[in-house]
Amino acid sequence: MQLFSKILRTGIATELLRASDPDAVEIGRALDVRARQLLGRALAIREVDAGSCNGCELEIVGLASPIYDMERFGFHFVASPRHADLLLVTGPVTRNMEIPLRLTYDATPAPKFVVAVGDCAKSCGVFKGSYAVVGPVESVIPVDVSIAGCPPEPADILRGILAALDRLSPGPAR
Amino acid sequence: MSRAIAILFQTLLAAGLAPLVGGFIRWVKARLNGRRGAPPWQPYYDIQKLLGKEAVVSRTASWIFRATPFVVFSTSLVVASFVPLVAAPAGRFIAGDLFAAVYLLLLGTFFLALAGLDTGSPFGGMGASREMTVVALTEPTVALSIVALALNAGSTSFSQIVSRTLAEPAAALGPGHLLAFAALFIVTLAETGRLPVDNPATHLELTMIHEAMVLEYSGPYLALVEWGASLKLFVFLALAVNLFMPWGIAVSLAPIPLAIGLVTFVVKIGVLATAIAVLETRVAKLRLFRVPELLSASFVLALLAVLSTFLAR
Amino acid sequence: MTVDRSAAFLFMIAGYVAGAIVALIAPSDRIARGATAIGAASGSVAGLVTALAVLATGDRFELVRPDMIAVAGGVAIQLDSLGALFLALVCSVGLFAAVYGFTYTADYDGRRSLRFFGLMFNAFLLGMSLVPCAANVFTFLFAWELMAVASYFLVMTEHESSDARAAGLWYAAMTHFGFVLLLPMFLIMAPAAGATAFVDLRAGASALPPAARSTVFALALAAFGSKAGVVPLHVWLPRAHPAAPSHVSALMSGVMIKLGVYGLLRVTSDFLGTGPAWWGGLVLAVGSLSALGGVLYALTENDLKRLLAYSSVENVGVIFLGIGAALVLQSYGLPALAMVGFGAALLHTVNHACFKTLLFLAAGNVLRGARTRNMEQMGGLIKGMPVTAMAFLIGSAAAAALPPLNGFASEWMVFQALLSGAQIAKPEVAIGSPLAVGVLALTSGLAAATFVKAFGISFLAMPRSDAAAAAREPHWSAWTALGAFAAATVVLGLFAPSAIAAMYRIVESVTATPRNVTGGGGIWLLSAHGVAAGAVPPPVVTKLSPRKGSPSGGTSVKITGSAFTGASGFDVRVADTWGCGRIRQTARMEYTSSAFAEPLRRIFSELYRPTEDFSVSVHPEARLIIRSITYTTRIVPWIEKALYEPVTRGARAIAASVRRLQAGSVHLYLLYIAAALMAALASAWWFE
Repeated sequence: MQLFSKILRTGIATELLRASDPDAVEIGRALDVRARQLLGRALAIREVDAGSCNGCELEIVGLASPIYDMERFGFHFVASPRHADLLLVTGPVTRNMEIPLRLTYDATPAPKFVVAVGDCAKSCGVFKGSYAVVGPVESVIPVDVSIAGCPPEPADILRGILAALDRLSPGPAR
Repeated sequence: MSRAIAILFQTLLAAGLAPLVGGFIRWVKARLNGRRGAPPWQPYYDIQKLLGKEAVVSRTASWIFRATPFVVFSTSLVVASFVPLVAAPAGRFIAGDLFAAVYLLLLGTFFLALAGLDTGSPFGGMGASREMTVVALTEPTVALSIVALALNAGSTSFSQIVSRTLAEPAAALGPGHLLAFAALFIVTLAETGRLPVDNPATHLELTMIHEAMVLEYSGPYLALVEWGASLKLFVFLALAVNLFMPWGIAVSLAPIPLAIGLVTFVVKIGVLATAIAVLETRVAKLRLFRVPELLSASFVLALLAVLSTFLAR
Repeated sequence: MTVDRSAAFLFMIAGYVAGAIVALIAPSDRIARGATAIGAASGSVAGLVTALAVLATGDRFELVRPDMIAVAGGVAIQLDSLGALFLALVCSVGLFAAVYGFTYTADYDGRRSLRFFGLMFNAFLLGMSLVPCAANVFTFLFAWELMAVASYFLVMTEHESSDARAAGLWYAAMTHFGFVLLLPMFLIMAPAAGATAFVDLRAGASALPPAARSTVFALALAAFGSKAGVVPLHVWLPRAHPAAPSHVSALMSGVMIKLGVYGLLRVTSDFLGTGPAWWGGLVLAVGSLSALGGVLYALTENDLKRLLAYSSVENVGVIFLGIGAALVLQSYGLPALAMVGFGAALLHTVNHACFKTLLFLAAGNVLRGARTRNMEQMGGLIKGMPVTAMAFLIGSAAAAALPPLNGFASEWMVFQALLSGAQIAKPEVAIGSPLAVGVLALTSGLAAATFVKAFGISFLAMPRSDAAAAAREPHWSAWTALGAFAAATVVLGLFAPSAIAAMYRIVESVTATPRNVTGGGGIWLLSAHGVAAGAVPPPVVTKLSPRKGSPSGGTSVKITGSAFTGASGFDVRVADTWGCGRIRQTARMEYTSSAFAEPLRRIFSELYRPTEDFSVSVHPEARLIIRSITYTTRIVPWIEKALYEPVTRGARAIAASVRRLQAGSVHLYLLYIAAALMAALASAWWFE
């Protein structure tokens, strides 16, 4: 019972996209339009940690939280790349994760695209030159969009996903 | 002829409404979580998207894997075509049989479990093993709930159970009826992979039951499996509301009763779906080896339902 | 068409005898195999003609030869429709088993005496065919014993394996236990009848005092139950059936154990008629125990043929549930509803014969292809053996009681028969019948799990051994039998209403239930559906089968069809199995048969009482460095242990003490002879 009274007290926590922030409004609208055009307003995301420090993961988890609530755009995380449309890859690709990352890309049905999240995924970040690292994500699988930041904010990640949707032409991209 | 149209209409209605139930539950849960959530009609977008995608099939898989989505979907659809949804007119219109419904759905589960094993993935095998375990343990409860209902109505056919409950509203509030309803509700949660037996939103393979079996499906195959699963949930909810609270259901095929029947049906399903959403917000998933305790409790409820119905006669 | 039934019947016997003799004197193994198959097949066809002629016309066929072996009462043959049903079962399974056996036994060329095998195979079929035809005690016991002895030798075909020898010993002991009980059963009935013909037994049974009737019933239940393999008399079944060659296993599981059902039906519902309610209660209890016990052990079994054998125990339990429900209903004066129970039992008998034969023959192909019975060594067989896989899939779905196959139709009827128990306003029945419904439902759920395991582990995913990877289909002649029984399994499911009506006709002729008797008061499902009035099958099933093609089914087919056209339209890419990015997927990562059954094994661990052995061997210098971990677990059926170990121990003790008589001294034996002679003389004098 306590739980439900708390639910009542809290109400909806999702931040409406603030009208004072024209940028944010634009993101929201554009996401809506894009996603509807290309994927019928449903985007399944598979997160792949290719060796990150988990800083980016903390921000990605924020996407599913009541505050950012990406589900309202029809985005959701899935448990298998077979169900996914988009791979959200974090971290510099370590030697151990090179083949798994390729396999994950291979296991994802087309049309699919890849968003590399964070500085490490883009350019190996502080791990550059380490003997345990193969290279940035794009040296292993084709990347559509890279998002800078260490770690990037959830809003940035949403913006990156939008950019990826923009890049994707309606035909299947293999 | 009107009968054929009615069955066709009902089948289309079921196939059309089924994804909405799952979406509605997700939406209510999102609201209870303090989120805005996806709209209730989100599953339609998901299905539309999946139908347009490529399918990836495992090298190890045989034709069983490719045939299973069609089996799952069509068995659920056939069951949905003969359970009472909006109307249950007297006579032989809906001469469906509860046992036939339960075993047809079991046929879909049987194939889904085989498909889980077919790819050779350890998760698929794990899901198949657990799903068959849960299903095997739910069967006695389902059967006994049916016995309790049949004892009241004197038949295992839908239309007779419905008409008997309509004729004697007092019996519907009797202990036998309520206990059987409770038992069937628990079984519904278990059979359709809801909390506390299985978490439909889990991402951790080792906690999965239903999801683990469909981990390998992609594209249009996945769309059919998901649609079939939502039909199964829809059928179970429809059975629960119409067999235990049939009020408002149309007993003839005239337009006005049909319209009333449709509205009351949607409202009843909505209430039950909300109840599931509230429950799923409240409870945590049970450990796999705690599930049998829940299911044996539901069996005892069903047995008590039978006994109290017998004593009340 | 008129058939000379006595000619057909004699031709049947001649076929079997000729097959046996020609096989015995055949110059080469190949000819011996051919003679075995041709003799058995022609005998079976003739028997099938006889049986169908009786079933079609409904009047009995009689052949009495009192002059043959007159001292024991002569030979009497009478075939009524109940017997004809079982004869038809024996002969149809026998026919295809013979065809299948011709190539199957080719593996034995030069290794074993195929001549002796041919003799015993034909003798076995002869015995089984005569059992349902026998019309007096002598003929019945002769056929019964012929069947038992011949099948004993067939079980011992692969006698160099110690498993087969142990199986043979168990089988011989249990089958004679049953035989020993049959003798007093007939002895109690005979004095009242004044003769040993079945007609007289039937007439005299009503004159028996109630206690004698109940004793006859109990003896029949134990004797025929041991042949049918009900728990706890099932111990021989999971041992003997897998040990025999697969087509013999099919005969034993498909029809031989059904002759136990035949015997029980013959004695209880035909000779004794209506009895007290506890008879039915006892049969229900035995049936529940067998159904649940059989399926629980089938579930954890890793040997494919043993799994099928345990599943036979389960199905016999289901048949007994039908008979038990019928006996209870009969004793409460509801003959029309009792008919549903008997009909359900008979239908399940026929259906189980179909799908179990199918499964055993398919398992025979697997055994030849993969060279093992252990499911942990199989996998991926669907690729090398697509036809066998299809047959096994149909059999599995039927064994799991899934619609639209025949297993569902008969289990549905057993459910209805059990539900009818609610008609009776007695608390023990009110508690008993829902419990039996629960047991049956749990059984069918567990059977579904069992057969997902049997098919999924053996035929799907990746092969777990090289032999399994190399397994290929056998010679095409093995497919005819598979095709025939797969077709029968499907057809009997789709046309279940006609099959049910046929069973009702047979039950009517045996229990002498007049038509047009309405069931007890109230609207119960059967009286409501008009079954009782005129033996029309329940319309619900009638609705169900055409429903596949009716408008509702049509829509689903249409949608599925359009999706299928989509299936050719959408892109399908073949890739590796998704394993969370694992680099290589091997067969060792797959779920195994034991792993599949593990959750249920743990849930029912109170019933299984598994023994577990867990040992870790560590490095001698550092206990934290582990070299190997071994975990072994075994399920010892504790019912067997608790019930049979004392018996075998006692028998051994008695045998040891009796052995002291055998001292080996000639003087001692002379003394025995003298003592025996004196005793004989004394007794002769005493009785005079």
